[in-house]
Amino acid sequence: MTKIYLTLTAATALMAGMAAADEVRVYNWSDYIDEALLEKFQQETGLTLVYDVFDSNELLETKMLAGGSGYDVVVPTGTFLQRQIAAGAFQKLDKAALPNIDNMWDVIEERTAKYDPGNEYAINYMWGTTGIGVNIGKVKEVLGEDVALDSWDLVFKPENMEKLASCGVHFLDAPAEMLPAALNYIGEDPDSHDPEVIAKAEAIYSPIAPYIQKFHSSEYINALANGEICVAVGWSGDIIQAQSRAAEADNGVEIAYVIPKEGAQMWFDMMAIPVDAPNPEGAHKFLNFIMDAQNMADASNYVYYANGNKASQALLNKDVIGDTSIYPDEETMANTYTTTPYEPKVQRVVTRLWTKIKSGT
Amino acid sequence: MSTGIVSRGQNTALGAALIAVAVFGALVAAALWRGAAPGAWAVTGSLAGLAGFLALWTRAGSDQRTSFLGATVIGLPYAWLLALFLVPFAIVLKISLSDVALARPPYMPQYDPAQGWAGVVDLVRELDFENFVFLTTDDLYWKAYLSSFRIAAIATACTLLIGYPIAYGMARAPKEWQATLLMLVILPFWTSFLIRVYSLMGILGNEGVLNGALIRAGLVSEPIQILNTQMAVYIGIVYTYLPFMILPIYAALEKMDESLLEAAEDLGCSRLQAFWLVTFPLSRGGIIAGCFLVFIPTMGEFVIPSLLGGAGTLMIGKVLWEEFFNNLAWPQASAVAVVLLLILIIPIVLFQRSEEKAREAGK
Repeated sequence: MTKIYLTLTAATALMAGMAAADEVRVYNWSDYIDEALLEKFQQETGLTLVYDVFDSNELLETKMLAGGSGYDVVVPTGTFLQRQIAAGAFQKLDKAALPNIDNMWDVIEERTAKYDPGNEYAINYMWGTTGIGVNIGKVKEVLGEDVALDSWDLVFKPENMEKLASCGVHFLDAPAEMLPAALNYIGEDPDSHDPEVIAKAEAIYSPIAPYIQKFHSSEYINALANGEICVAVGWSGDIIQAQSRAAEADNGVEIAYVIPKEGAQMWFDMMAIPVDAPNPEGAHKFLNFIMDAQNMADASNYVYYANGNKASQALLNKDVIGDTSIYPDEETMANTYTTTPYEPKVQRVVTRLWTKIKSGT
Repeated sequence: MSTGIVSRGQNTALGAALIAVAVFGALVAAALWRGAAPGAWAVTGSLAGLAGFLALWTRAGSDQRTSFLGATVIGLPYAWLLALFLVPFAIVLKISLSDVALARPPYMPQYDPAQGWAGVVDLVRELDFENFVFLTTDDLYWKAYLSSFRIAAIATACTLLIGYPIAYGMARAPKEWQATLLMLVILPFWTSFLIRVYSLMGILGNEGVLNGALIRAGLVSEPIQILNTQMAVYIGIVYTYLPFMILPIYAALEKMDESLLEAAEDLGCSRLQAFWLVTFPLSRGGIIAGCFLVFIPTMGEFVIPSLLGGAGTLMIGKVLWEEFFNNLAWPQASAVAVVLLLILIIPIVLFQRSEEKAREAGK
């Protein structure tokens, strides 16, 4: 019955040519949701869900600033969210339409308020850290049994990298995360916006750059899982996905995700509604649906990322809530840092420095 | 550009008149353009249409032999050029003269229709050339232009060396085969360009088909690093752009009168001499068209270097992408694009002029 009704609604919408009223368009990161949830949303609300994916904040930001994207819900990372709010890209949330907002976790809300004071424009979807993925067997083979895996020394010391180059190292192609990591490593403020301080990261990268096989933000998942590379600096959930893929394939590859003891960057992916969203009412329904404890737990159980939903924690699988690389313990949590968006002039310095590190020019 | 090459600039007067009107229309369009303003587009469209109509009307009146319908047909490519080249170029030019701002869209100034003509004046007053000056302050830009030029030139030469014999073979093949051969050249276009480049990644990678075959054949013991190097970029460009070289050369060779070769041999030419003195000069138009078709898009190529090239592959298309997406600097990105366009257009226009002169002198 519901199905017939759904089909009918969709058909009427198509015929009328006015999709806006019963269609919600969501633009989220790739591999970032359990698709069963999308079907569930359509059945519960009778709305048609159009779900598209992207793979870089820059791409999303360009769409947001050009305007007229046609999306109702988008998912920028906190630093980008802050910049886009300043540019007037989002509308304030109507909290009365979001009863499930009481499920949100105050610890995370406190941190996301740094980007969105009062959490007026966005809700947290998932969050994670940027750390190191290690193929334990291969790294020990190359660097010796008693190598310390819990330190940035592993990838920032040229003598280690020289040896690791033989089994393959990937770094994220994300200057806003990789430069702070190097600054944090040498004891500078990772959130520094001072071009002179940021320039110090070059001294860390230029000796190791020749040993980095590739700067890329998604290829490392597969490359780690099938043993093509032995070390990747990447995002927590992605590396844990590589870990479970390797375990499923039973190929003898054992992957670990490490939050180094010197500290790691913590980031938050936020759901927000563009100022020119065609269906803001439907967008609010989607956000409320996502903030449901069971739905959020299903999403995290599927993608292995922590979420900002306190009520969902009771419903999370053991291998998610119990894994300290997904939900770090308090000590590790205290050791993480966050960053703020660069001003246009500093952003230029950062991009330029990153190009120089990667290409030598 | 391509319109100019094909039509050989016979209607210079009409062209000049239309381009003058077009530039005016484009400037108005640029002034009106701000983000997504459908109203502005409608106005621009009708203005441009009116301008084209007027230019054609004057022309039809002055020339009794050309019917108005004929003029419309001739005018179509110009209308195309106006709508899809000059107007977008004017928009890019306007953005390149603006300043970066945290806004939607991320640059200032923007035209405010409420202010009318005063708004246009204010807008023009705020435009300046500082983004172009900026391009000279960092050696990244000219290095990237130069590196793109080198890659495009080498790739074009390789494409010509490989494409010419193929086109020659096709043109000399029995007539009944030619349709099939032509089809085989065009066939790759049935697959998306992106998929073809991706499949090259699978072929050239260290675990790829090519290295696998070489190792099995015992030619090498370790895989050769091809993917993520400059070499892979050249292979990618030559592979994807080869049909653009083959087709115009084939078209030139195919319509060649073979009795000319017989005459040359009767007059004592060896086959090689006959090729060099008769066939090659007659295919020159095809070679030039093919080289343009390969060189121009390769200069601005972005997909191939980013998928197949390594970190060391510096091309202006990548620099432009970073300006646009990473730095959110639409004005600087537009300046890079305008300079790229000028670098390409000016030599081509000069080249065409000298060609035309040579042709007239030849007559």
